[in-house]
Amino acid sequence: MVKHTLTVLVENKAGVAARVTGLFTRRGFNIDSINAAITDKPDISRLTIVITSEKEGGERQLEQITKQLNKLIDVIKISDITAYDSIERELVLIKVDATPEQRTEILQIVEIFRARIVDLAAGSMIIEVTGAEDKIAAILTMLADFGIKEVARTGKVAMIRGAKTL
Amino acid sequence: MTGSEAILKGLEVEGVEVVFGYPGGAVLPLYDAIYDSNLRHVLVRHEQGAAHAADGYARVTGRVGVCIATSGPGATNLVTGIANAYMDSIPVVAITGQVPTTAIGNDAFQEINITGITLPITKHSYLIKQAEEIPHVIREAFYIASTGRKGPVLIDLPKDVQVEAFDLDERDFTRPVKLRGYKPTVKGHALQIKKAATLIEGAKKPVIYAGGGVIASGASKELIELAELIGAPVTTTLMGIGAFPINHLLSLGMVGMHGTKYANYAICDADLILAVGVRFDDRVATDPSQFAKDAKVIHIDIDPAEIGKVIIPDVPIVGDAKNILRALIDRLIDSRFDYSEWFNVVRGWKEAYPLRYNPEDGLKPQYIIEKINELAPDAIITTEVGQNQMWAAQYFKYSEPRTFITSGGLGTMGYGLPAAIGAKVGAPDRTVIDISGDGSFMMKCQEIATAVEGNIPIKVMILNNQYLGMVRQWQELFYDRRYSFTDIHSRTDFVKLAEAFGAVGMRVTKLKEVVPALKRAFEIDEVVVIDFRIEREENVYPMVQAGAPLDEIIEPKTVPENVFPTCEKEALEVE
Repeated sequence: MVKHTLTVLVENKAGVAARVTGLFTRRGFNIDSINAAITDKPDISRLTIVITSEKEGGERQLEQITKQLNKLIDVIKISDITAYDSIERELVLIKVDATPEQRTEILQIVEIFRARIVDLAAGSMIIEVTGAEDKIAAILTMLADFGIKEVARTGKVAMIRGAKTL
Repeated sequence: MTGSEAILKGLEVEGVEVVFGYPGGAVLPLYDAIYDSNLRHVLVRHEQGAAHAADGYARVTGRVGVCIATSGPGATNLVTGIANAYMDSIPVVAITGQVPTTAIGNDAFQEINITGITLPITKHSYLIKQAEEIPHVIREAFYIASTGRKGPVLIDLPKDVQVEAFDLDERDFTRPVKLRGYKPTVKGHALQIKKAATLIEGAKKPVIYAGGGVIASGASKELIELAELIGAPVTTTLMGIGAFPINHLLSLGMVGMHGTKYANYAICDADLILAVGVRFDDRVATDPSQFAKDAKVIHIDIDPAEIGKVIIPDVPIVGDAKNILRALIDRLIDSRFDYSEWFNVVRGWKEAYPLRYNPEDGLKPQYIIEKINELAPDAIITTEVGQNQMWAAQYFKYSEPRTFITSGGLGTMGYGLPAAIGAKVGAPDRTVIDISGDGSFMMKCQEIATAVEGNIPIKVMILNNQYLGMVRQWQELFYDRRYSFTDIHSRTDFVKLAEAFGAVGMRVTKLKEVVPALKRAFEIDEVVVIDFRIEREENVYPMVQAGAPLDEIIEPKTVPENVFPTCEKEALEVE
């Protein structure tokens, strides 16, 4: 089982995400996360797709998908950056049950993970945390004991370290 | 100028002379504009026919075929035709009407998300939201359809955009297309070409395996030149038929599931495969693990996604076949090649294992094709799908590209008749013959009306065995002769049916009637349908079972065979 991170620059046009994801669904791949937003150039969007190849021959299929993605007219550039040393981040909002007695304990966890409390109500709070996958997983585990009511994740974004660009 | 007028202007600028279509509510404004234009419009009787006719036209002329349908059911009826063009990389532009932009997404009458439906079967698609987009969309659509690995492009055109007036800058129709995400590689990589040349020089038993890409690229001349220069035998795929003249000394005919025995043996025995414009599909690389297992493989293709998809080549070269073959010729022109030993082995197989059938035993489809070949050697042949297709591929002697028009990838029954209409429109001076089966004929027989009313005198030869013959053949061989729903013995009278449409119908039941009927068919300038009542259970041979290696060949027992002494391979006998 190998996790792959693909970064894709696409034309900022209607239907592009459907064209891209269609190539995965056709081959029965499940997308772990997908993030899409415009870049500094308003006519270009950047997608970050995280995919797990678990089937036999999955690696070869993924290579085929990458090649097919490259063929899409609206895809400008695609890289599988899995093998590169890269910065990977995800932003997560977590709404947890928090009675007044539990707040201090949660606050400690939040500090340790360098997260932030962005909303506080009588019985709950929303925590914003940014980080790589293992950090997100760790804080979610810690907060699970208090009762997680809701989670919203942006999906991973990533960028290769150093001067190299897409 | 209105959107509709802009569409027609765009088609004119692109050099479109004919469109195949069917009107409807959502294309009323477009058809209103067509009414006043010089554009030739062929009215089909079902939109699928329009897509296939555009596809057939494109295959014969090498130009982009255009079809038009209305929204909703009109658009969905195009889908099979678009998929067919996609699978065989045929340049087609499909224009569909759409409900007004204000109604899109509201489940309006005859609304369907056709760009969504065709997403996986188009090279690209557009939903036009404003008339001012039309010039660059038309330009891009034709450019995308006809460059790189060719394919269908769909333009979805809402009804309000068709009537929208806008200020047209005519220069927009001729501006160079700039697509930063689309830059097909045309020229082969010099280093790879050098490596390929070295492999060719070092080979002892080379085989050229050529496909539809050679025809798409217009590289037949280069293919022949290279084959003659190095003296390597050439086999083609179904899609590559015509790319290399069948009567050429170096020709091995078709390879694969129903390929010639000698082509399949040559592939199995080769030490070098020069694959040009092919995709190692499962009808050829029936068992990829065994395919040319002792051979080095050079794979030339314009589509980088085909490289390594089935077979991992030793030398991949991405680019246009014509350019790359020319570069190879230039590089090899001063080299000396002597493959005479290999050539003799291959020639031995060719002599020992010709395509064969027993002509004595009733009215045989192979005999009919041979007679068609004798009487109309320069004809363009279209086919349906199944046994008729394979016999047409095996027994007609194709000597030039774009003369064998067949649904290869999708395998669409009903393709041949509308494709013949498109072919005849594209090549009005050629005899165009649809080799059909009784099953396939029924799938699109309404298009006989299109041919009759449009004065498009095609000739339809129904090889009528009253079976869905190819499926029956598989049932005979692999399903214990349990002919589940393939016996379509029916009272449908194809002669009367042809006559009902205003065509000339004939029936042939005996061997001696074949030639006179064909002669008459080719003499008269009318649409002709001949119902040949062939031997019901004639099979297509040779045959390689799906998934089996290419040298495990099933052959008929009923026809004698001279066994060539140097060949150790045993044919598996059945029947």
